[in-house]
Amino acid sequence: MDTHLLSIITFVPAFAALILAVFLRGDDAAAGRNAKWLAFITTTVTFVISLFVLFEFDPSNTDFQFVDEADWLLGLKYRLGVDGISILFVMLTTFMMPLVIAASWNVEHRVKEYMIAFLLLETLMLGVFMALDLVLFYLFFEAGLIPMFLIIGIWGGKERIYASFKFFLYTFLGSVLMLVAMVAMFTEAGTTCIGGCEISLLTHNFASDNFELLGIQIIGGMQTLMFLAFFASFAVKMPMWPVHTWLPDAHVQAPTAGSVVLAAILLKMGGYGFLRFSLPMFPVGSEVLTPLILWMSAIAIVYTSLVALVQQDMKKLIAYSSVAHMGFVTMGIFAANQQGVDGAIFQMISHGFISAALFLCVGVIYDRMHTRDIDAYGGLVNRMPAYALIFLLFTMANVGLPGTSGFVGEFLTLMGTFQVNTWVAAVAATGVILSAGYALWLYRRVVMGDLIKESLKAITDMTPREKWIFAPLVVMTLLLGVYPALVLDMIGPSVTALVENYDMALEAADTAVQTADASH
Amino acid sequence: MISADLNIILPEIVLAVFALLGLLAAVYTNKDGAAGVLVWLTAALMVLLAGWVAMSGDGSTNIAFHGMFIDDGFARFAKVAILLSAAAVLVMSKSYMSLRGLLRFEYPMLVALAVVGMMMMVSAGDLMALYMGLELQSLALYVVASLRRDSVKSTEAGLKYFVLGALSSGLLLYGASLVYGYAGTTLFAGIITTAQTGGASLGLLFGLVFLISGLAFKVSAVPFHMWTPDVYEGAPTPIAAFFATAPKMAAMALFARVMHDAFGQIVSDWSQIVALLSLLSMFLGGVAAIGQTNIKRLMAFSSIAHMGYALMGLAAGTAFGVQAMLVYMAIYVTMNLGTFAFILLMQKDGAPITDITSLHMYVKAAPGRALAMLVLLFSLAGVPPMLGFFGKFYVLRAAYDAGMTWLAVAGVIASVIGAYYYLRIVFYMYFGEERSESLDNQNGGVLTVVLMASALIMVVGVANMFGVESMAAAAAASLVN
Repeated sequence: MDTHLLSIITFVPAFAALILAVFLRGDDAAAGRNAKWLAFITTTVTFVISLFVLFEFDPSNTDFQFVDEADWLLGLKYRLGVDGISILFVMLTTFMMPLVIAASWNVEHRVKEYMIAFLLLETLMLGVFMALDLVLFYLFFEAGLIPMFLIIGIWGGKERIYASFKFFLYTFLGSVLMLVAMVAMFTEAGTTCIGGCEISLLTHNFASDNFELLGIQIIGGMQTLMFLAFFASFAVKMPMWPVHTWLPDAHVQAPTAGSVVLAAILLKMGGYGFLRFSLPMFPVGSEVLTPLILWMSAIAIVYTSLVALVQQDMKKLIAYSSVAHMGFVTMGIFAANQQGVDGAIFQMISHGFISAALFLCVGVIYDRMHTRDIDAYGGLVNRMPAYALIFLLFTMANVGLPGTSGFVGEFLTLMGTFQVNTWVAAVAATGVILSAGYALWLYRRVVMGDLIKESLKAITDMTPREKWIFAPLVVMTLLLGVYPALVLDMIGPSVTALVENYDMALEAADTAVQTADASH
Repeated sequence: MISADLNIILPEIVLAVFALLGLLAAVYTNKDGAAGVLVWLTAALMVLLAGWVAMSGDGSTNIAFHGMFIDDGFARFAKVAILLSAAAVLVMSKSYMSLRGLLRFEYPMLVALAVVGMMMMVSAGDLMALYMGLELQSLALYVVASLRRDSVKSTEAGLKYFVLGALSSGLLLYGASLVYGYAGTTLFAGIITTAQTGGASLGLLFGLVFLISGLAFKVSAVPFHMWTPDVYEGAPTPIAAFFATAPKMAAMALFARVMHDAFGQIVSDWSQIVALLSLLSMFLGGVAAIGQTNIKRLMAFSSIAHMGYALMGLAAGTAFGVQAMLVYMAIYVTMNLGTFAFILLMQKDGAPITDITSLHMYVKAAPGRALAMLVLLFSLAGVPPMLGFFGKFYVLRAAYDAGMTWLAVAGVIASVIGAYYYLRIVFYMYFGEERSESLDNQNGGVLTVVLMASALIMVVGVANMFGVESMAAAAAASLVN
């Protein structure tokens, strides 16, 4: 299939950013409005083009589709493609970006640069999910730090400098180790092609013989080390406990649209990375570390839920709740069975909608009152009925109420994990209860009760623009909640193949060990 | 016979004769008044020579003067880089120098002579030729460093450079004499027959260590780096730009030449030393730059760190390692030209400013330049998608292939430390506080062109690196076989 559709989707936003940078002059309100409209139209067009890919996509085919290939430096290849695992992340990105731009309509400060940063960010995020070359993936993965660093640093809150540096250096440190592992993979496998080439990393068996390093026996050998290097990067990106501390800072300081992108899309890169690289390429390494990761996920779910309970800042609370929900994702991925992985992907997609909506909810009242302090609010339902309704819906979705998409993801991951490690599933299940605790309590404190605070007396309900932004998110959350097959049918065959290959690789490694033992 | 030899070194002869004639002509005409024309002439001649050197040879190896002078693909690659960067620095420096009364006619001539020395260095096939080239370069540079005669800092820079440079030359000569004593020859081709695996005598290794110390001084690798920040700070900014580019390329190429041509059979004996130099340079360069507020000193430490990465390629001891080093150096030189063009643009009321805190909200004053500098800084930090990342990727790969995973891991960790101080400049330019007084936003002319071009190369070069990759591969193949 010779098509450049994916390249077009990826680079349309970057091209628009270039046009903005070169041709849009002036700093006045008119220029700002033009920048907003251009960005909004571009992201919408990108979304429409990506719908073509979605409709043409064949879910029963587990190979990469729409592959676009060209030669590049150093024997590397510029190679894009999508399969059942990545297509929905691409769709999530193109779907969210117009909303993100629309949610930024109130930005007055350096609008042109703001839109350029977001458009470039979209290109880079799409590239991450489509890249079929290891180095190309790294390129997009890391380059995304630059616009995000600027978004937090320029348009962020009071502590933006600290948050932006912490965000950049934390994630940069995580991913440079991955770079070394990538260099190692390049040399060991002789290729950087992820999948679908004559020799590709997904089918290459990396050495998994135990060896000793500095007097420590490394079980799973090379694979474990490479797994750890990738883990360092993806766990920070995810973020997993205990390397999650950059996230609350980044979320709190980022502008609303920045938080939305961060929560809805950037966090998913970690989970996508686990599914694309860690699990299929280093099965033995994954198996060795699975108990550790499952327990880390369980701790993440319970611990960050408890931390969320005591937060005074609404964004911080939602940020911690994101970490908890990502805990379900890592748990599901490393359960490594159909339900677990299905649930993990579903949870990521659904969390993309729900967390984005929650941050937007915070943004709505922040725009009016310029504070995120929970104590500053109360009784909003009296003046903002529409807001109260929407906030309620997404609070419930965040809790995982059946009928919303949040339920399906949590349920599937718990079910998958239960088959692998009952105790972890049991501990994680308490997280569901805790999430009800912090989410409902937040809702009660902000929305319910009497409106007694003087400052809130004049607050106005949502404008039509704000309602329109929430509309697609409401539809998706409810639709996926009552008809999850939309997602599951799409990812099913690819996930089945992933899980089967994983089991086969483990069996092969076991047999190899046994034959080696027998011959001794 | 002699005419064939002369034919091979013709580019060097042309440049040397030009420098001498230029000196004569300027002395007998209107002296410093001719300096402006001379700068342009020298730069133009260097560009022409670069083209000539690039076209000549067709990948063949020519040897002149019984092996004293080697003109191979490796030398040509280095020479083109040296000539082009020297020409760029000359063009960049003209307005700065003339504004401050530093535009003397000796300046372009000294730079031309230094470049002749560098061309000798990268083509040296003999310890004598090596020393001759090195000293020709160094003597010219000592003078250029103290070009601002009435400034204490500038003269101090020149003096420091001279004293420490003399010390390093002494180390190098001592090493060379030991090598001569134990190998019986000063020709690289002869040394390599003596320095075979397992057969290298203790005295030869001793000589090797001293040679490496001398060379490490020239590339300013830790622990022989102490002169760099002071010289960068003291010398006029265009001179610092020159120090950061062409001589680094020449010294690094010479380093590779000596290690591979003379000691290529005993890689295991020197690669650990080079790896250690690399490790120390990367970390010291990263850590020490954190506390700097003077952008020239900061760039000095940054260049030390970058030399560490380039040495990582050399430490690999393979042809791919040399290729990685050449690619890294080519990218490094391009980045530094742009960065120094930016530093030259930092002025307030016509006076040069080197304090990075003066960059507060520079984006307001000059958004285009700030953006170009942003690209360059991320490139220097090795963040993709800028070209600087590919330099790092190459050397990491070379190190891993040579079994030095520990060095690769250390290198990436050092790069995170280094990222901090590059980000700090971004912070001042983009997130800083509004200040009433800001830097001049004068029309930079050539400087703006260099800055923008360099930033553009960092972004566009990702597509195919303008073919530098294959050239470097051919160059490395001609050195290591």
